[in-house]
Amino acid sequence: MFRCTVSLWDSDEPVPRAELLKGVEGAHGLLCLLSDRIDAEVLDAAGPNLKVISTMSVGFDHLAIDEIKKREIRVGYTPDVLTDATAELTVALLLATARRLPEGIQEVKSGGWSSWKPLWLCGYGLSGSTVGVIGLGRIGLAVARRLKPFGVKRLLYSGRQPKPQAQEVDGEYVPLDSLLCESDFVVVSCALSPETQGLCDKAFFTKMKTTAVFINTSRGAVVNQEDLYEALTAGQIAAAGLDVTTPEPLPTDHPLLALKNCVVLPHIGSATYSTRGIMAKLTANNLLAGLTGEAMPSELKL
Amino acid sequence: VLVVTITNLLWIHTFLSLCSSLFFLRVQFELWDSDDPIPRQELLKKVKGCDGLLCVLTEKIDAEVLNAAGPNLKVLSTMSVGFDHLSLGELKKRGIRVGYTPEVLTDAVAELTIALLLATSRRLIEATHEAKTGGWGTWRTLWLCGYELADSTVGIFGLGRIGVAIAERLKPFKVKKFIYTDVAPRPELAAAIQAEYVSMDELARQSDFLAVCCALTPETQGICNKNLFSKMKNTSIFINTSRGGVVNQEDLYEALSTGQIAGAGLDVTVPEPLPTNHPLFTLKNCVILPHIASASYTTRNAMSALAANNLLAGLRGEPMPKELQL
Repeated sequence: MFRCTVSLWDSDEPVPRAELLKGVEGAHGLLCLLSDRIDAEVLDAAGPNLKVISTMSVGFDHLAIDEIKKREIRVGYTPDVLTDATAELTVALLLATARRLPEGIQEVKSGGWSSWKPLWLCGYGLSGSTVGVIGLGRIGLAVARRLKPFGVKRLLYSGRQPKPQAQEVDGEYVPLDSLLCESDFVVVSCALSPETQGLCDKAFFTKMKTTAVFINTSRGAVVNQEDLYEALTAGQIAAAGLDVTTPEPLPTDHPLLALKNCVVLPHIGSATYSTRGIMAKLTANNLLAGLTGEAMPSELKL
Repeated sequence: VLVVTITNLLWIHTFLSLCSSLFFLRVQFELWDSDDPIPRQELLKKVKGCDGLLCVLTEKIDAEVLNAAGPNLKVLSTMSVGFDHLSLGELKKRGIRVGYTPEVLTDAVAELTIALLLATSRRLIEATHEAKTGGWGTWRTLWLCGYELADSTVGIFGLGRIGVAIAERLKPFKVKKFIYTDVAPRPELAAAIQAEYVSMDELARQSDFLAVCCALTPETQGICNKNLFSKMKNTSIFINTSRGGVVNQEDLYEALSTGQIAGAGLDVTVPEPLPTNHPLFTLKNCVILPHIASASYTTRNAMSALAANNLLAGLRGEPMPKELQL
């Protein structure tokens, strides 16, 4: 039992930059969200006391890792505890997009529903399909496990190297181009890095099937949104579902929001009561361990 | 010369192959060539003297239609697995054979049921609305939180092909337990998904997610009512993709608006379409789809081919691929 002085930004709105820079002065520890960019400026403002940063996320693209490493600051994050909720949301988004749920609901509310018709609102089913997962990490694998019993015929994945755990889902390691040409569903599940920034661009979408469904629940910056818009309106791909965008929030007049075949969710991948509770606890415990110089439950290797 | 009446437009190549088969048999056929259902008067007129009738679920095939058709009618083929729109007693009495489309639509229906379940439990429709209308700020810890399948109990009301398929698909979401209720235990089906047989009351009490998968019969009419909802958890999610008539919609509205249950997803209603001013539409926690459970291109194609083949077999006096035992 030890005593901390805690400075809390007590609002649902993110802390303004100026407030953050002031608030971190002399801090030993910093607990943040993915909407807080922790770069050299923040670290300098904090000063030499800062020994631990604990983020309530598994993604760490908002943290300037090199700067943090240089200053020997430890980092805690929340892998694993949010895998189930995020994989579940990814599948929810895939199904909602492929089976045209938002369109259906819109028709119902606006009087477009007259009677049962054989070809109305038909979508693409998973049964007999080929699914391609880009980045078969914890979340990608969890998504693949959940899709399998829907009758997926082939599970392809791409990444820097093959993964032994892919065997569990009969995953086939293929070059990205093959994945794009052969997949009926493309799910992006990789981390955002300089290599994956803008990965999903015009060339990417051109290689996909015109009946394919594209899903991104990783990070918005992996996708070139202008090229995606182009691909969707030109019929290069059938539909897209996004839980992440650039920026977040996406402005309400953004062209992607007007497309019937584009489903946009406001970054709710891990949004379940139980998961957020567990994430919060883990984030706090990571922070406390960092402050007392102990082993963290989930430390990010820098 | 056989005469066949087809009440709706089929998928194009099935239709063409049906036509050529019918032509080969020297069959005359009458096609209602529209996506909209055939008006009752037209149907009564066109069935006169026909040997076969291929219909969809919007046509009520009762004594009136069968009388209008007359004694030639030997086969009725419906492009659906549900047969609550057919007067089975009347059909049996007249010795008319019935074809339907089980199994070919099981995957699509199970898939849509799960899509609907997840859209409801994870609040997808609220979320897409917020994204479009400016309610989306930055990432917030408790905003739009939903209920997770992991560690939950899933209850199936009516364990048939579709119920089993739903459970199989939910398993990797780390569901803790599957339970089901039915008129009697279904040991073989239950074994496939390791589901425990319970009473309706227990199903209501224990389920975090309750999916209704039973047929509509006089026994199941309105069975999902106040009695069921009042026993359910206030964090539970109710999903119906069976038939609208199984649910008492007033009681459901009551349960949703008073917080007796957390949310509901419906693919079927009474009536269909549901009028746009229906109270259920005012509820954020009620998701309503326009009966699209089997609406995938491949499935509708398979259904129409099967319906066509059932019809042809009936006309030829042969075994049908899928005949309904009357």
